[in-house]
Amino acid sequence: MEERKNAAIELRNITKTFGKVVANKNISLCVNRGEILSILGENGSGKTTLMNMISGIYFPDSGQILINGKEAVISSPKDAFDYKIGMIHQHFKLVDVFSAAENIVLGFQEQEGFSIRRSAERIRSISQQYGFHLDPMKKVYEMSVSEKQMVEIIKVLYRGADILILDEPTAVLTPQETRNLFDILRRMREDGKAIVIITHKLHEVLSLSDRVAVLRKGEYIGTVETAKTNESELTEMMVGKKISLNIERSLPKEPKDRLAVKNVSYKDRNGVQVLKDVSFTARSGEILGIAGIAGSGQRELLEAIAGLLELQEGEILYYAPEDGKENNLRDKTPLQIRNLGVRLSFVPEDRLGMGLVGNMDITDNMMLRSYRSGKSVFVKRRPPKELAEHVIQQLDVVTPGVSTPVRRLSGGNVQKVLVGREIASSPTVLMAAYPARGLDINSSYLIYNLLNQQKQAGVAVIFVGEDLDVLLELCDRIMVLSSGRVTGMVDGRTAAKEQIGILMTKTDGGKTHEQ
Amino acid sequence: MSSKKKHEPKFHIAKRDALAWWQSWLIRIAAVLAALIVCALVTVVLTGENPISVYVKMFDGAFGTKRRIWSLAQNTAMLLCVSLAVTPAFKMRFWNIGAEGQVLMGGLATAACMILFGEKLSGPALYLVMIVTSCLAGAVWAVIPAFFKANWKTNETLFTLMMNYIAIQLVSYYTYIWSVPKGSGQIGVINRATKSGWLPSLGGHDYLLNILIVAALTVFMFIYLRSSKQGYEIAVVGESENTARYVGIDVKKVIIRTLILSGAICGIAGLLLVSGTDHTITRDTAAGRGFTAIMVSWLAKFNPLYMILTSFLLVFFQKGAIEISTTFGLNDSFSDILTGIIIFFIIGSEFFINYTIKVHNSKKGEK
Repeated sequence: MEERKNAAIELRNITKTFGKVVANKNISLCVNRGEILSILGENGSGKTTLMNMISGIYFPDSGQILINGKEAVISSPKDAFDYKIGMIHQHFKLVDVFSAAENIVLGFQEQEGFSIRRSAERIRSISQQYGFHLDPMKKVYEMSVSEKQMVEIIKVLYRGADILILDEPTAVLTPQETRNLFDILRRMREDGKAIVIITHKLHEVLSLSDRVAVLRKGEYIGTVETAKTNESELTEMMVGKKISLNIERSLPKEPKDRLAVKNVSYKDRNGVQVLKDVSFTARSGEILGIAGIAGSGQRELLEAIAGLLELQEGEILYYAPEDGKENNLRDKTPLQIRNLGVRLSFVPEDRLGMGLVGNMDITDNMMLRSYRSGKSVFVKRRPPKELAEHVIQQLDVVTPGVSTPVRRLSGGNVQKVLVGREIASSPTVLMAAYPARGLDINSSYLIYNLLNQQKQAGVAVIFVGEDLDVLLELCDRIMVLSSGRVTGMVDGRTAAKEQIGILMTKTDGGKTHEQ
Repeated sequence: MSSKKKHEPKFHIAKRDALAWWQSWLIRIAAVLAALIVCALVTVVLTGENPISVYVKMFDGAFGTKRRIWSLAQNTAMLLCVSLAVTPAFKMRFWNIGAEGQVLMGGLATAACMILFGEKLSGPALYLVMIVTSCLAGAVWAVIPAFFKANWKTNETLFTLMMNYIAIQLVSYYTYIWSVPKGSGQIGVINRATKSGWLPSLGGHDYLLNILIVAALTVFMFIYLRSSKQGYEIAVVGESENTARYVGIDVKKVIIRTLILSGAICGIAGLLLVSGTDHTITRDTAAGRGFTAIMVSWLAKFNPLYMILTSFLLVFFQKGAIEISTTFGLNDSFSDILTGIIIFFIIGSEFFINYTIKVHNSKKGEK
């Protein structure tokens, strides 16, 4: 137990419950100075809850937290700061119209009076020390996601934190930005700081951390040294059983043009150009991937196709599989599109806010697509109920029954209900935005396989993804969006990750895509 | 153990899992009992009366005589009717607090028909005109804010509230125009001699027809919200407009259609009040029901069948409180104090249904 001397944080038998749900059960682990510890676990395994207790957001039901070997009571984020603990959350908490420096000093009691110039000086020296590239005077609204994240990190360093907790820091970053962040974290480690990163990406764990602590369903499974482990061992610890992570990618069979998007441009209500001159074709029997940094126009593109946005320019042409008849879907409502006989299914990014109604049960959610059928003024609940039972059985949805409100289901099961409903209408075009976000490994691969099955059945699948490894494994072609423009279309079988990463950040994409 | 720098918090609030229905009703009943105890204490402290006799009086006020029982049923039915009217709008998350004005407009239309056509039209034709105009008046009053909300996202709460004042002023204006005798500022009982346009009494009970109509409306609303396609659309729009658009529901159309229904039922309530109860109209004909209905609807979680119970409860407490303040010679405001306490407890009990308070034990080892 010689490492205990070095322990910055030690947790002993921490338990936390929410209602009947045990989020953390008897967890004991420690983080040393001068090391990077990864907390690995699937969604819902209790990683974030555990870290929130260290940073003062939740208070444990039982157990002890020791900071530098002494028992600590952390009942608010301010207490956490007093113990020099800083947490960088997944969702940034910055004031948009303030500069980086203003955000960093906000709410901080300077010892020698406030001077923005002196603060900016200190920020520059911190940046230099660890290798941040950040102008303290830049306004937050002008920043990229990765710059905002840097502001959050410097904010906690500025307050003297020497224990840093980062919650899924790479979720929103490109491969290049991720590498840059990791370099910074390594420098902090050399400086003797204790760093915890929460993640579910295995290759990041292996390339960055010294040790890995694995949680599964709220329980602590164990800690291993990164040098002595490998991907499959970690997966097994995380999931509890051996699983193979393969997607069988078949060659597209007789691909035909199904949906042609031509020169689509869209400005939102604030006049921001969200999509600019986007053109591409989706073919039957193949999966077209769409890659890009979050917020590059992916959501708007899919919503435009689904008839939810008013476009300023462009056409969306649908070629019917039966007779090849051409229909322009632009400026049609979702109902008009349906009435044309276009079987367009859409799994939106916001599952409970758009795809489903959280407070309704599974039956009523199945009915969303079909309730209009028939002339009666009353809804028929029998067919959707049968569909609900079918989906529950086919996709192994874990639920007490068909009359459970979907918001009570876990993320993976919510997604199974949504994808199950969308597939049930035997679509010719299936659009899915981040369908595996927040899902555990098993559910993720179940969803990927469902998309694959649809492709093999001749559906034109459009898949918006964020994990480049998955996009490269699953898709036949990958289109890259950057700031609403198409910056490239690559072959999913031959493209390299770095190549896509460069396209994702390319700004003058218009040039490569002129007619 | 090292000495603690800070103390653990003594308790914290945590969200509950769903309770079984009987558990939540147990909490609600406990809340009503607690409210009665607090009311008793307040009564003793402020007035020195014996609380038991106060409660006996309260019960007496509601159930004491046959007349009182009928009046209790009639008032419950009227409150329920307005509550039924606001419920589809609320289920759609359209905060219609303009029921007061919509009821008045319905009542005004009814009164106008009775005054203007009372002599000219035959019975059935008069009733038909009354029903159509009162529904129309209520619906128009509700659909104006709905139209603006659907097209330009105006705030319906302020809009419907303002419409109330316009309705009240309109009633004042016509009260002056139609006042009998001229200039008295009161309309008085309309068609006292001919009783034309009065809802008939069934089996000698003046209010029975009102009650039956409201009962039918209750059943209608229950089925409409639960099993009709339109009711389903209302629920989807209320839960998430994005989902509604995503599945191709025309959100504007649903908002307008629902508020027409909501306003029309308010108009019916106005008709029942003017033609079936008061046989006159004043600025106070709606008597705050448009606002109390909001509470009835919320407490019943927008379920028309539960609303029978919640509207009964509120009317019972109101009647009881009024009785107490008159028998014991107390100020009118005293009944308001008691009603306020009771409602506070009933609404407060919802907190304990959704949340639980966990007390921290300084000793560990307990699970």
